[in-house]
Amino acid sequence: MGRKILLDKIHIPDIQTFKVYKDNGGYASVEKALKKMTSAEVIEEVKKSGLRGRGGAGFPTGMKWSFLDTKSSNPRYLVCNADESEPGTFKDRYLIDNIPHLLIEGLIVSSYALGANTTFIYVRGEFKQQIGILNRAIREAHENGFLGKNILGTSYSLDIHVQAGGGAYICGEETALLESLEGKRGNPRLKPPFPAVKGLYGCPTVVNNVETLAAVVPIINLGGDEYAKIGIGRSTGTKLISACGHINKPGVYEIEMGITVEEFLNSEEYCGGVRNNKNIKALIPGGSSVPILPAHLITTTAANTPRLMSYESLSEGGFATGSMLGSGGFIVFDEDACIVRNTWNFSRFYHHESCGQCSPCREGTGWLEKILHRIEHGTGKLSDIDLLDSVAKKIEGNTICPLGDAAAWPVSSAIRHFRHEFEFHVQNADIVKDIKHGSLSKYLKKNFSLNSIY
Amino acid sequence: MLKITIDGHTTEVEEGTTILEAARKIGGEIVPPTMCYYSKLKGSGGKCRTCLVKVSKGSENDPRPMPKLVASCSTPVQDGMEVQNITSPEVLETRKAIVEFLLINHPLDCPVCDQAGECDLQDLSYAHGVDTSRFEEQKREFDVIDIGANIKLHMNRCILCYRCVYTVNQITNGRIHGVLYRGDASEISTFIQNAIENDFSGNVIDVCPVGALTDKTFRFKNRVWFLKTMDIHRNCPTCAGRAVAWMNGNEIYRVTGRKDEFGEVEEFICNECRFAKKDVNDWIIEGPRKIKRTSIISVNHYEKLKQGAIINPVDKKIEKPSEI
Repeated sequence: MGRKILLDKIHIPDIQTFKVYKDNGGYASVEKALKKMTSAEVIEEVKKSGLRGRGGAGFPTGMKWSFLDTKSSNPRYLVCNADESEPGTFKDRYLIDNIPHLLIEGLIVSSYALGANTTFIYVRGEFKQQIGILNRAIREAHENGFLGKNILGTSYSLDIHVQAGGGAYICGEETALLESLEGKRGNPRLKPPFPAVKGLYGCPTVVNNVETLAAVVPIINLGGDEYAKIGIGRSTGTKLISACGHINKPGVYEIEMGITVEEFLNSEEYCGGVRNNKNIKALIPGGSSVPILPAHLITTTAANTPRLMSYESLSEGGFATGSMLGSGGFIVFDEDACIVRNTWNFSRFYHHESCGQCSPCREGTGWLEKILHRIEHGTGKLSDIDLLDSVAKKIEGNTICPLGDAAAWPVSSAIRHFRHEFEFHVQNADIVKDIKHGSLSKYLKKNFSLNSIY
Repeated sequence: MLKITIDGHTTEVEEGTTILEAARKIGGEIVPPTMCYYSKLKGSGGKCRTCLVKVSKGSENDPRPMPKLVASCSTPVQDGMEVQNITSPEVLETRKAIVEFLLINHPLDCPVCDQAGECDLQDLSYAHGVDTSRFEEQKREFDVIDIGANIKLHMNRCILCYRCVYTVNQITNGRIHGVLYRGDASEISTFIQNAIENDFSGNVIDVCPVGALTDKTFRFKNRVWFLKTMDIHRNCPTCAGRAVAWMNGNEIYRVTGRKDEFGEVEEFICNECRFAKKDVNDWIIEGPRKIKRTSIISVNHYEKLKQGAIINPVDKKIEKPSEI
């Protein structure tokens, strides 16, 4: 059994309530931090832990915190990014559903470290239920003196507000999130200035993912050095992985960083192998934005070393033969999956979610989707495959925010590793055209495998 | 003062200046083209990505090059910075791609567009575009609508530079103009068809880089290259009253703000000057105005076309193609 430090208590009945959570050792880190540590010491522990942002980019959290402009006379804000909308990622929702007080606890400690007296949780608009859960947890913490004025009798005061988004993927980008939180259109801002200098309402702001802030709790409880011993290399600690796709046991798993992809994929403790005893065709290890890995690069890297679940190992080989850990959306495709259709589906998502502010992303995502639609529906040409690749390359790196990159990477990597499937679609237009995709197909024709083309 | 070198030209600028403003200070062909940035509008820029440049040396203290191309309109200069614009093939290649992106949903209706001849996108695609399109699908389409009594909005032609949004937000009171929806379905709108009724709303026509916002009092009356431009002024109670008249004989076809060499309005003018005062007797004519921009109107830019002889639009003489 792998070590669990975030989800270790979720099997306890009623852990969602304050009383049960507190009786099982909850809020210890708040007492420790507020009573025995200065805010600088808390930041130091987080730096020592080597914690990296769990939202996707993997930027060291301690370093991000140290960029906060402490000289400014303006108030400081901490914003929790719970706008989880990446296809294939559902770990934050699971954490909020099952152990909401862990997030509240992490928020109190982090806000204390950053000197923020007002903290916002920006929740995705579709998470209606989770908004209720968070509000209840905040109310409970308030009633028990862990929020509000003079927490635990110290001079530190904190209020946490939950704000629902309008359901736009782009508002998960930190500056678009801040714009949206201010009540404006959720367009990403130009950087610099970074939020650490000029964030929410022009004040110094830190935006962190739900899981990152939750991980602050075990860091304070165990100590930064102890936390850093978990994991491998610069990928310290544990990570929540939301596994989905063609596997026997989809769900959210907490793993110690550094276990092998093979173990995660096949062991009974985690995914339990590919379903229906089929072979694996491809894997997207970190949510829809990261490059896809073909079967031969999943369990081993191009250098023939075993591939591990860590930031470094998954990105080994760059984009040519590697991918990224991203937000931990582990999507498995079995041998019957259609990569072209999947790529089209992702492109459709990015086309729909592009904010339309900068031209490469606004026009490029729509173009990608249209070309992929053509190929998928049997009216493509061979030259379209090169066109796709060229359009994706021109979006990449030229946009204001990373959504352009996120739209381009899946397309480029799918062509890089599965060009033959794109060619098959073009050359066998008559077959492709007749295939009825979608959930109805299995009712129409009993033994017809969903999305299958071969 | 901070030292910056752009394509080998060095200048000194004050702290907080952007790369683009530094390039404009140097002037000439090293100035990156802009479609969305407007120095008079706060917050504009960064969107169209045509001004992307390569920073080959970050600063004196941190000489590492920047990993990605940066938008010169929004990146502040650092001391000792070295920038490549037209000397970098990567920048030119990217600019070509941006032009392609801007054009895929832009109708190629220049022959019937009032902006032709003074269109930033036309100039940009002439300088950086390719002569064919790889886009086969249907372009997005919107209805042509009126915003206010004197302004026509062709959303099909819009490149979403947001300049008009900033103009309305910043020089008029009341925010009734903005962008609806997102992605390539975004559209400029006066919220739920509220017409812009404001003394300065006509300036959105001047800031529009393409033919999306046009003057209804001038539409289809004449082509800009057939008209003489005259500096004019009048004693206006609302604005400074300094404008440009586009004339044929003694007839004023339209009135616009005075634009500088980068195509930006020097002073915003009011709607009365723009739309109502079309009689020569309303104005005091100062003299002919030279349009400095490298557009078809003034410097006969298209003479450099490679194929065949073309007609000079100014004096209508047939010219031989130049050597390139």
